Amino acid sequence: MATTTVGLQRTWRRPGKPVLVAAVLLAWVLIWVPARGVHTLGLSPADLTPLHHWLNDVNDTVGANRDSSPFFLYFFNEIRAAVDSLVTFLQDLIAQPSYGRPVPVLGWLGVVAVVAYVSWVFAGWKPALLAAAGFVFFGLQGLWEESMDTLALTLGAVVISLLIGIPLGIWAGLSDRFHKLVTPVLDFMQTMPTFVYLAPLTLLFLIGPASATIATLIYAMPPAIRLTAHGIRSVPRSAVEASESLGATGRQKLTGVLLPLSKGTIVLGVNQTIMAALSMVTIAALIDAPGLGKTVIKALQTLDVGTAFNAGLAIVVMAVVLDRVTTAAGNRVRQTGRAARFRRPLLAVFGVVAAVCAYLSHTYYWAAEFPDDVTIGGTLAKSADSVALWAQQDLSTATEAIKNAITYALLNPLEALLVESPWWLVGAVAVLLAALLGTVRSVITTAACVALLIGTGLWQDSMTTLAMTIVATAMVMLLGVAVGVWMGRNRFADRIIRPVLDAGQTMPAFVYLVPFLALFSATRFTAIVAAVVFAAPVAIKIVADGVRAIPAATAESATAAGSSAWQMITKVQLPMARPSLTLAANQGLIYVLSMVVVGGLVGAGALGYDVVAGFSQGQLYGKGLAAGAAIVLLGIMLDRIARASSPSKGSN
Amino acid sequence: MSTETVISVRDLWKVFGHKADRVPRSDELKALTRRELIERTGCTAAVREVSFDVAPGEVFVVMGLSGSGKSTLVRCLTRLVEPTAGQVVFEGEDILGAGKRRLRDLRRHKFSMVFQNFGLLPYRQVIDNVAYGLEIRGASKAERLRRAREVIDLVGLEGYEHSYPDQLSGGMQQRVGLARALAVDPDVLYFDEPFSALDPLIRRDMQNEVIRLHREVGKTMVFITHDLNEALRLGDRILIMRDGRQVQCGTGDELVGAPADDYVRDFVRDVPRASVLTLRWVMRQPRPDDVLDGPELGPEVVIRDAVRTVLAADRPVKVVRDGTLLGVVTAEEILTVVTDVEAVA
Amino acid sequence: MKLLRLTATAAVTALALTACGGEKIGETPVAGSSSGAAACGTFNLAVNPWVGYEANAAVIAYVAEKNLGCTVTKKDLKEEIAWQGFGTGEVDAIVENWGHDDLKKKYIDEQKTAVAAGETGNKGVIGWYVPPWMAAQYPDITDWNNLNKYAAQFKTSESGDKGQLLDGDPSFVTNDEALVKNLKLNYKVVYAGSEAALITAFRQAEAKKTPLIGYFYEPQWFLAELKLVKVSLPKYETGCDADAAKVACDYPEYVLDKIVSKKFADANGPAYKLVKAFTWTNDDQNVVAKYIAEDKLSADDAAKKWVEANPDKVKAWLAQ
Ligand SMILES: Nc1ncnc2c1ncn2[C@@H]1O[C@H](COP(=O)(O)OP(=O)(O)OP(=O)(O)O)[C@@H](O)[C@H]1O
Ligand SMILES: [Mg+2]
Repeated sequence: MATTTVGLQRTWRRPGKPVLVAAVLLAWVLIWVPARGVHTLGLSPADLTPLHHWLNDVNDTVGANRDSSPFFLYFFNEIRAAVDSLVTFLQDLIAQPSYGRPVPVLGWLGVVAVVAYVSWVFAGWKPALLAAAGFVFFGLQGLWEESMDTLALTLGAVVISLLIGIPLGIWAGLSDRFHKLVTPVLDFMQTMPTFVYLAPLTLLFLIGPASATIATLIYAMPPAIRLTAHGIRSVPRSAVEASESLGATGRQKLTGVLLPLSKGTIVLGVNQTIMAALSMVTIAALIDAPGLGKTVIKALQTLDVGTAFNAGLAIVVMAVVLDRVTTAAGNRVRQTGRAARFRRPLLAVFGVVAAVCAYLSHTYYWAAEFPDDVTIGGTLAKSADSVALWAQQDLSTATEAIKNAITYALLNPLEALLVESPWWLVGAVAVLLAALLGTVRSVITTAACVALLIGTGLWQDSMTTLAMTIVATAMVMLLGVAVGVWMGRNRFADRIIRPVLDAGQTMPAFVYLVPFLALFSATRFTAIVAAVVFAAPVAIKIVADGVRAIPAATAESATAAGSSAWQMITKVQLPMARPSLTLAANQGLIYVLSMVVVGGLVGAGALGYDVVAGFSQGQLYGKGLAAGAAIVLLGIMLDRIARASSPSKGSN
Repeated sequence: MSTETVISVRDLWKVFGHKADRVPRSDELKALTRRELIERTGCTAAVREVSFDVAPGEVFVVMGLSGSGKSTLVRCLTRLVEPTAGQVVFEGEDILGAGKRRLRDLRRHKFSMVFQNFGLLPYRQVIDNVAYGLEIRGASKAERLRRAREVIDLVGLEGYEHSYPDQLSGGMQQRVGLARALAVDPDVLYFDEPFSALDPLIRRDMQNEVIRLHREVGKTMVFITHDLNEALRLGDRILIMRDGRQVQCGTGDELVGAPADDYVRDFVRDVPRASVLTLRWVMRQPRPDDVLDGPELGPEVVIRDAVRTVLAADRPVKVVRDGTLLGVVTAEEILTVVTDVEAVA
Repeated sequence: MKLLRLTATAAVTALALTACGGEKIGETPVAGSSSGAAACGTFNLAVNPWVGYEANAAVIAYVAEKNLGCTVTKKDLKEEIAWQGFGTGEVDAIVENWGHDDLKKKYIDEQKTAVAAGETGNKGVIGWYVPPWMAAQYPDITDWNNLNKYAAQFKTSESGDKGQLLDGDPSFVTNDEALVKNLKLNYKVVYAGSEAALITAFRQAEAKKTPLIGYFYEPQWFLAELKLVKVSLPKYETGCDADAAKVACDYPEYVLDKIVSKKFADANGPAYKLVKAFTWTNDDQNVVAKYIAEDKLSADDAAKKWVEANPDKVKAWLAQ
């Protein structure tokens, strides 16, 4: 930057990438003006393409053959029976009256004691206290049984996810070939909207815990596989080599080196799997999954914000408890000295206490059923209601103005450009950008995505959704950088903000849809806001962690050179946190895309609406499936272009 | 193979990349430089046509600049990296033909390795790290611990048995690595730049440790380093590599005294020659006017040790082996070497 | 060590002592299992996600349990999935069905897993509605002929330079795009995407006195809170909606009915007879829906309240 002349000369000889990208975008606009409105491949919501009809037929055939096909009789039915019995067992244990008793095997006191004990053993004092407090809070909310149902279902899904996911992750960690094979499948599992496969799942696995669990684990398993593979892959080469050089067999290497050394990352995978499973609670309720999700959905039918909030809060608390406990368990340090000496006797003592509590809760009503005269759920619901009401009445004028400003200034022009361009123009721009920024591979992927998008018959809807996705991701990144840098630089801010972010990530969207609708009407902007609420937390956390991970020495030397805070941020912290920024953009994008369907519920139309309508109306099923595929394709295309332009790949 | 060699390497090749095995087979590709080969085929030739023998009890050092293929070479010897072509014979057995099980047996009993980054298992205490090799080969717990204690004492780590690796300094961690390799009582020890990550004082300490161990247990050692001084201190013989090829192989004084090319010459330029070269390298044929009744010294005497004698004598010092006069040395020859050193220092 | 063991024993004894008070589980017999249970057995009742349906289901479930001794399992399901359940044997009855000719064709005519079980007595109306304040201020707005006059008022950020017609729940079939086109209205259909979105929009429109026109339907509990005014479209005549693309008339009046699984009907048990006999009026349903939606009673309590107030209606169902 100091030697301007050199820089200038270089630009003069060969235009840099930013210039070329700008040129492509400018050319787009210039061609758009005359070509506007032709070849836009529009399709009205009620119309279907042959592909959609064909998908409908496939779905019908599957349904019609359900009872006769041996595949069903011996394969799906067996799986269903196994999953059903696992989840039912968990429900009998903690949630539902069972074994001819009017209450579950373990009552509230037993569950609280066992959870606290287990948390203490694996994670330590603080998480154990948090867990106990959190679980008692469910009871106080008046949602004990619902919470336990949700916990049982979540645990069932998580256990199966891990039983399958960790071995697959190990395999993907050991074999490059399997890793390459499984990665796109995982992308698919994470971006394909659940609504698309909810109905077929109930065909395959019937209505009941099995379908709900399987729907949950399709979404929740990928993190377990990904992070296990990542952990195995990042074990230092030297430790592996050392064990090989001593003549270890494959199994010895795995159990002695790879698994112990990737334990931390695998636990992170477990943690992410739990979070993902919890985020499916409300959607699973649409196919009769018991628990908190049902409460939320029921409350939404009568627009009862308070009740929905109370149940949503329970989900958030459960997420925070499980998150803190698993994270602490993963980061646990060795016990030494005094603590280690007292550990054994303490283990026994607390074990006995937990067992006694469990026994009491099995035997006496007072310990089995949470006393319902100390409920605070009603109060919580009422306060949430009045806050929502106040916001709707007093803020909506201001929020309406914000909505209009962003819609007219940003969203509408972008959407006009994308939607009114001929398909070949958008396709050409995408391929050109991929070519400029990436490799041959990214060009091929992009071209294939464009072709397949056209194939879905939903090109125009895809472009509408794309416009919203871009705006939402941009807002996510804006927030991610602003708040993330602040949190990264300031521990106190981090402490305060982090729980809010956790809540944003785990509070079911169905809880805040109604207030958002009141504030911003049923519009695309509401969909964008909902997506930002869900996606910004993850981006913020990644940026904050990235900024914090910058070596102290670098920051010190910059301070020593007399940098101002602003220079520090722009010259040192942001450039050094660049890999984190890339990751934040990628994750932000995926999270935004996973909210497209929720957007469809609040006025976004386009692909989100197609998916929801496909879920609700039989004759639109095929179209919904195609729309789901289009969302996946958009995700892959944006991800590849973004990844190609990221500096970590060494563009020079 | 004669019993005089433990390891015998012939025409060893290691090429990384797609369809790597065509490279050693094609004379045209073989002749290319490393860079040309990458441009042509996308393959990296890490080790090219290397041959040498290691004698029992010998400390054989491989040295070269970063990227010259040392690590790859030593890993080929244990097949941690699969060689592309050539032959590696260990105690008369062709290792490259060994099956999986046999190879594992060899690794468990015949040779072990010490790594630059230690490769310790952070979740195990020192004693369990040391016993790891024995555990792998299925030794009983009691025997493992007994043997581990023994080698821990041997490398001077008494009292640290129950520490974790991250509680130790770098030097101590490498002692653990060393102990782990010694615990299985191998015939040959391989060292891949074991001390590069350590600071100079500790490095010197550890070198002494290796010298002491070599004296005490008398193992054959193959030692990789990029530090010439280390090579000269430890090595009976030294193999110099450049871009995957071997440039020269010989004793320290051979390298310093008769470098094979400019690359080696450059390498050894900063070496204090007086402490490496022996009289053999500076003696000259006696001239008719030389008085031949001066003191006698052997040809293997290092110059530094001969300075006093030569300078004190008022006539040429005779270099004699088994009663045969090989040549003479005078103050003139000695001073050229010594002042050369002075000039550099 | 000793100290620890001592405290532990103390803690355990203390716990055990305090525990000894209180009622033991199993001392009271488990309720249920009256004489009728054997005859009725388990009754799987689908509950579709809207309050009107829930009102029907609540009353039927209450009567089935209390009067017939059935074990009722309510399953919260979307319509399509509930219909699927007939085939897999997981659903016995759907007790408020809105048309769904396609599903009837598939499951009743083709797969033969479902059969119709008569009308519920409720009439479903679908159409375009405006908030009451608009109807009061612009009385002629309720005639579709005048809609273009008001188009500009309905403009939003979503509808460009046209008026916005807010469409609704994706579960309902809509002809609105065709209607707008064929009636030459200067409107754009915007998809709100959910019932919650529609209701919130109408609520806000009335509270803020902002213009809004949108798709809605009755019976619906929200109409008790806010009496939306229906806009009259060209009158429906049989067959005028045969070609979806050429529709230019109002929606037909839906006769809401009940569908049961074939197996359930063939068994002809008491629960089936109850479902078949069940019928009531829109007003009845609105009352129960209000209990649930506004008074926040549980479904069971709401049903109880209504059943106690209407014993003769219940008696009539059971008499058949
Ligand atoms: N697994 C691999 N795949 C491809 N190329 C490799 C691989 N391992 C080593 N190389 C290449 O082989 C060459 C020799 O590497 P090697 O690690 O043997 O060098 P080295 O002499 O040990 O260097 P250093 O002193 O840095 O350890 C290098 O150019 C390296 O890039
Ligand atoms: Mg190396």
